[in-house]
Amino acid sequence: MLKYLDEYRDPELARRLLGEIAAVARRPLVIMEICGGHTHAIIRSGIDRLLPEQIELVHGPGCPVCVTPVELVDKAVALAGRPEVIFTSFGDMLRVPGSRESLAMVRSRGGDVRSLYSPLVAVELAVRHPDRQVVFFAVGFETTAPGNALAVRQAARLGLKNFSLLVSHVLVPPAITALLASPANRVQAFIAPGHVCTVTGLEEYEAIAAGYRVPIVPAGFEPVDILAAILLLVRQAEAGRAEVENEYSRSVRREGNPAARRTVAEVFQVSDRTWRGLGQIPASGLTLRPEFAAFDAEQKFDLSPIQAEESPLCISGAILRGEKKPPQCPAFGRQCTPTHPLGATMVSNEGACSAYFNAQRHRF
Amino acid sequence: MSLSIKPEDFTCPLPQDNSETVQLAHGGGSRLAAELIEKMLVPAFADPVLARLEDQAVLNPELAAGERLAFTTDSFVVDPLFFPGGSIGELAINGTVNDLAMGGARPLYLSTALIIEEGLPLEWLRRVVAAMSAAAAAARVRVVTGDTKVVGRGACDKLFINTSGIGVVPSGIELSAANLRPGDQIIISGTMADHGMAIMSCRQGLSFVEALRSDTAALDGLVAVILAAAGMGGRESGGPSGALRAMRDPTRGGVAAVLSEMARASGVGVVIAEESLPVADPVRGACEILGIDPLFVANEGKLLAVVAPEAATPVLNAMRAHPLGRQAVIIGEVRAANPGLVALRTLLGPHRIIDLPAGELLPRIC
Repeated sequence: MLKYLDEYRDPELARRLLGEIAAVARRPLVIMEICGGHTHAIIRSGIDRLLPEQIELVHGPGCPVCVTPVELVDKAVALAGRPEVIFTSFGDMLRVPGSRESLAMVRSRGGDVRSLYSPLVAVELAVRHPDRQVVFFAVGFETTAPGNALAVRQAARLGLKNFSLLVSHVLVPPAITALLASPANRVQAFIAPGHVCTVTGLEEYEAIAAGYRVPIVPAGFEPVDILAAILLLVRQAEAGRAEVENEYSRSVRREGNPAARRTVAEVFQVSDRTWRGLGQIPASGLTLRPEFAAFDAEQKFDLSPIQAEESPLCISGAILRGEKKPPQCPAFGRQCTPTHPLGATMVSNEGACSAYFNAQRHRF
Repeated sequence: MSLSIKPEDFTCPLPQDNSETVQLAHGGGSRLAAELIEKMLVPAFADPVLARLEDQAVLNPELAAGERLAFTTDSFVVDPLFFPGGSIGELAINGTVNDLAMGGARPLYLSTALIIEEGLPLEWLRRVVAAMSAAAAAARVRVVTGDTKVVGRGACDKLFINTSGIGVVPSGIELSAANLRPGDQIIISGTMADHGMAIMSCRQGLSFVEALRSDTAALDGLVAVILAAAGMGGRESGGPSGALRAMRDPTRGGVAAVLSEMARASGVGVVIAEESLPVADPVRGACEILGIDPLFVANEGKLLAVVAPEAATPVLNAMRAHPLGRQAVIIGEVRAANPGLVALRTLLGPHRIIDLPAGELLPRIC
């Protein structure tokens, strides 16, 4: 596997691709990488500094932690504070600030908050602790939905009454459509998220490419992958084409992963979702199907309505829409740092602000 | 290399529980306590000063003119107690030996204090003490005094160990993180992140085709070799301007934390090259899967040495001839620009700054 990865980190190959991009690119092109994993890879390796100046990379909303509404973080915090609850989550969510508190703060006050690598471990916890309520924070795009669906199916098969999900699942294609439909949109081409496309396949992206006349290229996460995707996008733009071209063919199939898609469809249904920074987007998320309502933490627990408050300084909305870059935020690196984050984009491993902060470019 | 995450394959070598456990009575003045000390601890360390069982160790080290004492302490709370490549026992000895050695000191004496949670299987304690004894013998350091406390269930987690150490710094050796100068070369003694990732995979129940092993080791022997190669093995060897400027073992916070401390203490910039950073393949795989940068992960048997440019080749060659330095390599150099900052030159060429991580990376790894 690692030898495989090394090819995609080869500096020689990367330089050749950069040369080709510079040779082909004539007109200005604004490319959005949807996925936060791409944002981090770009900033870590410095790709954005090596491109010709007419190519601009803007960072998209593909950070599940970042687009989870404050209201849901507040609900998580409320649940985690209950004595009967073991609240479980991917580690990224723990430091995301809610209106007043983060899950990490609840944990330091004695709340039972645990970071896990798999929702199936949360199901095991529920089996081992029949006297406790185990809640898993089901955050993420199409990539984490299959695992969470499996966890629910497993809990149902075991007849567990003490396992539930706090669901905040979102879908990529509706977000792309919402961005393209916005009058403020500047994006002319997309690097599509490689892992998401591995699950979902390419059909929805083909419809967007044709409908909005934008080139779209799903890409892997190594520097050579990203440069190859940029080259494909630039070539399309120069030739006036708008298609889906698959850079990440070692992982993405046109039909996606049918088994994973079936599992998700069996447990979840498409619903409207509010995205932090983007607002409500129709049919842009997943909720549990009525037959799995017993595993829905929002229905199971009486969560009194929560008045969510965002930090007035944080501009993560504009960052998630690709309108602004982190260094343009007056709070960036000053009031807002990974140690004291004002918004989720500074917390997550996929957030644009944390990518810029970790590379410490503001200190050069 | 193929990787898989299968909690059911969890292979951390936890010893079998048997009914014999540590009781509160093992801690305080009773016959049980005396038995624990006299039957297990004293024989394990086999030291005449310890065997006297006085309240203090009375020592008479022979110091030559200009030699000074180095004194350090560290506490070990790693969870799990046993992991591939070692246990809390080796860590507790090697960690303190290494802290002495990084100052150029020859380790002489250690103290060891055990804080044991009631209910710990006695067999586990025996294994830890045996590991400490073997590690101390390997590092040729004497355990001359100790203490044992037993606390109630929940008052600590299984077993905590504190060790303090005394060593002798030869005349003329003044190593310090504040000694770095532009042009100095930065050498690492081997691969990064082995210990931290071994603990992480154990804690998370990740299993890999090749098991990740901690690199815990005492570095005093390697340090002696480095000092000699830098021309600082004898008497009156150069003070702060000796060819060897500083050494640190990159434990918690990893290589990034050590370089960052050195850059700040010396008011210099440090530039390291991404392609030169040594990471073993299985460790790199685990880091990829967990999204962790090996630069920030703990090591327990590696050191960073900063040397004057003219000493870089002899020191590197000497290190490579030592079993703990076979994979030693130059990873970067000291610059005058960007004082206080560590920059990494990426594979593609641009630089990014390496800073300390914001929050917890791996809980209780040492």
